[in-house]
Amino acid sequence: MKWLIAAAALALVVVVMSFGFGGRKGHALNVVGSTSIQPFAEMLAQAYQESHPGQYVDVQGGGSTAGIQAAENGLAEIGMCSRALKKEEAGVFTPNIIAYDGLAIVVHPSNPVEGLTLQQIQGIFAGQVANWQEVGGPDRPIRLITREEGSGTREAFTKLVMQKLRISRKALTQESNGAVKELVKHDACAIGYMSLGLVMGELRSLKVDGVPATHEDVSAKRYPLVRPFLFVTKGKPTEAAQGFIDYVFSEPGQALLAKEGLVRVR
Amino acid sequence: MLLLLALSAISGLAVITAFIFKEGVPIIAKVGLGTFILSSDWYPGEGEFGIFPMIVGSLAVTAGAMVIGLVFGVGCAILLTLFSPPKVVAVMKPSVELLAGIPSVVYGFMGVVILVPFIRDYLGGPGLSVLAASIVLGVMVLPTVTSISVDALQAVPRSYREGSLALGATEWQTTHRVILKAARSGIVAAVILGMGRAVGETMAVIMVAGNSLDVPHGILDPVRTLTSNIALEMGYAAGDHRKALFATGVVLFVIIMILNTMALAVSRRRAGKVQAR
Repeated sequence: MKWLIAAAALALVVVVMSFGFGGRKGHALNVVGSTSIQPFAEMLAQAYQESHPGQYVDVQGGGSTAGIQAAENGLAEIGMCSRALKKEEAGVFTPNIIAYDGLAIVVHPSNPVEGLTLQQIQGIFAGQVANWQEVGGPDRPIRLITREEGSGTREAFTKLVMQKLRISRKALTQESNGAVKELVKHDACAIGYMSLGLVMGELRSLKVDGVPATHEDVSAKRYPLVRPFLFVTKGKPTEAAQGFIDYVFSEPGQALLAKEGLVRVR
Repeated sequence: MLLLLALSAISGLAVITAFIFKEGVPIIAKVGLGTFILSSDWYPGEGEFGIFPMIVGSLAVTAGAMVIGLVFGVGCAILLTLFSPPKVVAVMKPSVELLAGIPSVVYGFMGVVILVPFIRDYLGGPGLSVLAASIVLGVMVLPTVTSISVDALQAVPRSYREGSLALGATEWQTTHRVILKAARSGIVAAVILGMGRAVGETMAVIMVAGNSLDVPHGILDPVRTLTSNIALEMGYAAGDHRKALFATGVVLFVIIMILNTMALAVSRRRAGKVQAR
């Protein structure tokens, strides 16, 4: 019996010690927040680590507001935010706009509706339009897909499209761009909104007020639904954070973002 | 030494309870208990906190899960204890208990990938629904209900069954009029334990229930439960919003306390009745 306890204690010690062998020395830069920015930040982090050996960057999701809170508590050096900062946030945090992203209104590829006016989109998401027939589609009920309250994508959508109206209570809530995409991909009646950069041709992005949701139209500022991607720091960025931000603003960083479908700022 | 350990466990529980109530009760007082529980407006960004749809959601999904748990769980238990050869029991019972070890995320994942499209294509609605959540929860609750029901049924003396059959009753009459009645308190306990697990399950439900803020009008409607509400919003809630989520926890706490009290009352009453004979 005694040796059993000793063996268990030894096993525990070995397991805990092995946590230290992650093959990483030094502190990793924590970048937390928007699920819209997350895939791009991961790519940037990868490229940054390859070109700057010895630097480590850890990217996590959680939503724009969670990212801001993480930056506030010091859990993250950089918060990723896919909406403009609010008034109360603007005083405390330093925003860095790393790119612009279109907000796509997406439907199932089999949906014959090609485009909607901003007014119609507003009416649909407010729950006032219940059937696709009313906007020129087939006779099917409209199923709304929305994001959770802390999402930057949702904030951007509310500000750009809904304005004073509330999103209908009947909308299905999903926790990330990926989840919205999966749901719309499999449901012919669904309509949702997500980051244009992440659609990647798997869904139909509707034209808004006649303007198609393409990269060119977003850069030319013709497409009305555009929001900034921010890297936010509390006050001045730390050295490690500044290093990563400088990389993102440099030519290889911006080129990577442009290649992936975002609109570059430099 | 043992007293210290026991006290530390209880005190841990007491501290958590006190914290939840401390954070949650002020916001309930601020918003008003009636408004909090009966209003359907959950708009934390604008300071409106009404959790009625979530309460209905939790109760609906749990009720659905218990229907499945009761029918299949108790049915399985009856089959295993009364109508199966020992070799089959030796394989089936551990298998059912193994089901309890599967993480809830896996159930949720299978629900999303298999169950939700099935409901959407053949039954209608978005697929993410009360029905989907009930089925997933029912399957999760099954091992608990089955195991405890098996124990309850095995505790019934053999003489009951033999006596009933000797008096001319059929197998089924014996089962449902004699043995089930005798094991009733144990089976009720099993169902209520299962209910406790169903009410508290979060991850699997978020994945298959749809999380809409409306009161569901049918089993094919999407729904949000109290636990899903907390999990969806805790990551970024601040100030009053965070307190409102704690208040949701308070309501959950009260619901579970009511369920457990009912369980104790029912099993004590039954035990009293049996002894009084």
